[in-house]
Amino acid sequence: MTSRTISVGALARVEGEGGLEITVRDGVVTSAALTIFEPPRFFEALMRGRAFTEAPDIAARICGICPVAYQMSAVHAIEDALGVAVTGPLRDLRRLLYCGEWIESHMLHVHMLHMPDFLGYAGGVEMARDHCDIVRRGLAIKKVGNEIMTLIGGREIHPINVRVGGFYRAPRKSELRALGERLERALEQALEVVRFVAGFDFPDCARDYVFVSLRHPGEYPFNEGRIVSSRGLDIPAREFEANFEEFHVQRSTALHARMRHGDDPYLVGPLARYALNFERLSPLAQEAAREAGIGSICANPYRSIIVRAVETVYALDEALRIVARYEEPEAPHIAIEPRAGVGFAATEAPRGMLYHRYRLEADGSIAEAVITPPTSQNQGLIEEDLKSLVGAFLHLPEDDLRHRCEQTVRNHDPCISCSTHFLRLDIDRG
Amino acid sequence: MSGQGHRTPSAPRLAVWKFASCDGCQLSLLDCEDELLAVAQALDIAYFPEATRAPIRGNYDLSLVEGSITTPHDAERIQDVRRRSRALVTIGACATSGGVQALRNFANVCEYASIVYARPDYIHTLATSTPISDHVKVDFELRGCPIDKGQLIEVISAFLAGRKPATPSHSVCLQCKLKGNVCVMVAHGTPCLGPVTHAGCGALCPSYDRGCYGCFGPMETPNAPSLSARLSSLGMDERALQRVYRTFNAQAEAFREESERHDE
Repeated sequence: MTSRTISVGALARVEGEGGLEITVRDGVVTSAALTIFEPPRFFEALMRGRAFTEAPDIAARICGICPVAYQMSAVHAIEDALGVAVTGPLRDLRRLLYCGEWIESHMLHVHMLHMPDFLGYAGGVEMARDHCDIVRRGLAIKKVGNEIMTLIGGREIHPINVRVGGFYRAPRKSELRALGERLERALEQALEVVRFVAGFDFPDCARDYVFVSLRHPGEYPFNEGRIVSSRGLDIPAREFEANFEEFHVQRSTALHARMRHGDDPYLVGPLARYALNFERLSPLAQEAAREAGIGSICANPYRSIIVRAVETVYALDEALRIVARYEEPEAPHIAIEPRAGVGFAATEAPRGMLYHRYRLEADGSIAEAVITPPTSQNQGLIEEDLKSLVGAFLHLPEDDLRHRCEQTVRNHDPCISCSTHFLRLDIDRG
Repeated sequence: MSGQGHRTPSAPRLAVWKFASCDGCQLSLLDCEDELLAVAQALDIAYFPEATRAPIRGNYDLSLVEGSITTPHDAERIQDVRRRSRALVTIGACATSGGVQALRNFANVCEYASIVYARPDYIHTLATSTPISDHVKVDFELRGCPIDKGQLIEVISAFLAGRKPATPSHSVCLQCKLKGNVCVMVAHGTPCLGPVTHAGCGALCPSYDRGCYGCFGPMETPNAPSLSARLSSLGMDERALQRVYRTFNAQAEAFREESERHDE
């Protein structure tokens, strides 16, 4: 029997610290393990005893790449516990803020983290030396996402303007309207990005994924919706823990997640959202996807770069609609009274569904917090991807093979800071 | 396939290191959309795993360090980073004062681990989260949770020019007055940490009708007991007073001491 171990010591161009170990026996990949050594920060423990009003600020610090997602899941879950709901222009502003984060995060991943794999560079800055216009265009779109977050949130990382019940200050109509022209320019550029990335050379593969995402009756999902799967699951957020469980493996400081009924790992994130919500994309985004040749379901993880570009088109398109119809709310937030209760929420972070549950005491202090980030849900599936996809690359020289393994992981834009960093790769060929 | 790009051998070599953190402060560098490519021309970005596969090799002229020390392994790793770095600058509240994860310093870390993990025995962590300066010599500390990207560009530019960074050490309160904001505490009775908090954010929260929550940590020589008396007269109880100093810079000396004065 011949065997081989492939290892990546520290995975680059992912957010956080982790490694990867792959075992090959007689030309077949027999195991693939992500080792996440991001030091634990114990958010669920340190939230206890804090006031519910502090939750959005504390939860944001779980991840500097997607703080809005943590803020949104936190405020929705706490509002659920308090029996209130935010509607009208305030709801629109939350959706607009989320558009900003998707644009910023997707353009960061597409250009700085993922694209160098396709064009053969160590990173986006190195790539910029030869492809300056491409990188500049990506950064220009990303900047518009950041501008939305700065206007609505106060700043792009750890926004300060989000609170339970709405915002501290609502923007003026004129401030929002000033975004319009830049959004339109960015939308044109994002359509160019979809066409550009659609022309990359993709490994030919299709995986039989179990997709999981939110679905909303009338919108592509950001803040609200039921949790659905490609296998027929359809539940409200409050039933998440009855249908999904987290478990702890020794090699990782991030918990893994699985469905309680069925052994297959499931996928959250852009591919899942897209497959389960294609018809809710705007006509422009659907048209861009069709032109890029990806159909209404995309099961080739390497092509996720196209789906992120399409979602960016959607987010810009949606941002323009929200800006056009915005009327200033009467107050920047609704009235909130503390009470005892339990609240649940799932929202769509750029990397996938993010679940929060809070139990509040009568004085509004947090008695218990449970947070399930997208990357811990995707860990099992990333390992499955490596097992089924890396076999095709075993003939490659060691460095190229290691690079393919890293790319296969980066397909899912893992955020290890959230999931509690990435990659060491060990390939054991015996 | 994995070209390392073309480096100018004479450009100063920059490294970006991560310890326990949210990645937000190093993301600030990638968020400098207008300046990033200029920085990349002036500096050789030699080690930045969030942005490039280029491996650790040799020594660096400037190291930006994000994150706090929370594991035995990281306590050793920071010594290696110091040995490899001509100048070491910490970026953000985690690296400068231990971050939000330093709330464990006021609790029992084993109990914390048992709340989050089914198998706390798999977790190797220190009982405390500590700033980089507790472990090695630090040449400059940039404040903020997160840092301000304008200040980051200033620190990098100052380093390239061989001068001291121009980052004011006065309070958010002064910055707020200079901005012409109406005082949220005087006019609306909103509790605000602006009088004791280090400037740098541009008085962001008061500009959004909200009190400062201290994410840049204490200014030089703050009078926190005096502010606490004022906050107390606005209706904050002892528990709330303790919490207000125990957030993202809980381990910073002035905030830690003041929070301990309000121990129940």
